[in-house]
Amino acid sequence: MEAQLELPTRNAHFSPRPSERRFPSFNSRLARHGLHPLRATGIEVFQINVGKLCNQTCRHCHVDAGPDRTERMTRDTAEACIRALELTDAPTVDITGGAPELNENFRYLVDASKALGRHVMDRSNLTVLLLRSQSDLAEFLADREVEIIASLPYFLAERTDAQRGAGVFDKSIQALKLLNRLGYGRDPALRLNLVYNPTGAFLPGDQDALEREFKRELDRRYQIRFDRLFAITNLPISRFLDFLLETGNYERYMERLVNAFNPAAARAVMCRNTLSVGWDGQLYDCDFNQMLDETVAFGAPNHIRDFSPELLENRRIVTGLHCYGCTAGAGSSCGGTTA
Amino acid sequence: MSHYYDDHDLSRFGDMGRNAPDLWDKFNDWYQATFREGSLTGREKALIALGVAHALQCPYCIDAWSQECLEKGSNLDQMTEAVHVAAAIRGGAALVHGVQMRKRNAQLSM
Repeated sequence: MEAQLELPTRNAHFSPRPSERRFPSFNSRLARHGLHPLRATGIEVFQINVGKLCNQTCRHCHVDAGPDRTERMTRDTAEACIRALELTDAPTVDITGGAPELNENFRYLVDASKALGRHVMDRSNLTVLLLRSQSDLAEFLADREVEIIASLPYFLAERTDAQRGAGVFDKSIQALKLLNRLGYGRDPALRLNLVYNPTGAFLPGDQDALEREFKRELDRRYQIRFDRLFAITNLPISRFLDFLLETGNYERYMERLVNAFNPAAARAVMCRNTLSVGWDGQLYDCDFNQMLDETVAFGAPNHIRDFSPELLENRRIVTGLHCYGCTAGAGSSCGGTTA
Repeated sequence: MSHYYDDHDLSRFGDMGRNAPDLWDKFNDWYQATFREGSLTGREKALIALGVAHALQCPYCIDAWSQECLEKGSNLDQMTEAVHVAAAIRGGAALVHGVQMRKRNAQLSM
């Protein structure tokens, strides 16, 4: 019965692997620690995914984003997001994609969220800042004190480019220098955080140790400064799942996630205080469930037009085997470790 | 037994606790304490362990510590240098015994 409430780890177009059955259901592991059913505790982070369009095609991308993707949030849906935001006291708006800045409503969402007094975060791939069409983007973000969460999986070109595409590392360094010049990573009001995610079938190490290493190396090599480094585990879905399967690493990776289950991380998973809005207005417990097309359930409204804080704040979370990615070791979330 | 080494055996390491649990617990406590961050960082300790794994030519250790080094944020350049350190010490250890050979030669020869 419990297994029926769980999502498959992969998208529907993959046939299930028999070996998946031997991994204990996420709900059974939650139950062992008195956490089943997992429920939201409020909406502190209002996360908006504006679509799958991106100027990069990263090998690990859970969104399957790229330049040829056409799914993008319309103005009507963006305005519905702001109307819903107004009904909550969520202090943070987290805008993601794709490359969210490429959506024509990105700047509207930033300004409207700021007008409501909310803190705004932009999940940036960095290279978008160098596009000719976005030549004023960095200053736009700085003027509005938008916190930037920037992807940089490693401080060397080889590993970064292996994951994110040839030449991405050099452009990322250029973009980070541009942000530093504008005060990002130096002025406390202009927060610049980096996202580290492993460039292969292994888990992230200690976040603080990695941050020290990144700070030392980026300063020594490029005189780049940033605030915090968030270590994020790659979840076994979408392109990263394809990589795991193609390289024969799937079972061992899943074993590692399952064996590293940490109840403290499970108590602090981001879905408990986050609501994720898709490009078409569908509501999800997290960006990963969004990519698996699993909307919020158990009686909660699943579209932004039906938004109801009362029905969503304590909703029951939809879980699956992929959730082990957020509960392994020190935990993982859009804001790094959780335990 | 068709072959001596099987990568699945690494996950069965804990079976060694079955017949001597006290000794296994002592080993585990000591092992975990050894790899905690101390005067050396966890990343530095993992690189040392990777070098030792190569010196011992233990496939289980090489498997485990390669992954650990990556997780701790080391890169392939650093890991390769660690292996060279181990190999250099092994090579040096063989070569330095040549002094004994030379002494024996001197003792035996006219």
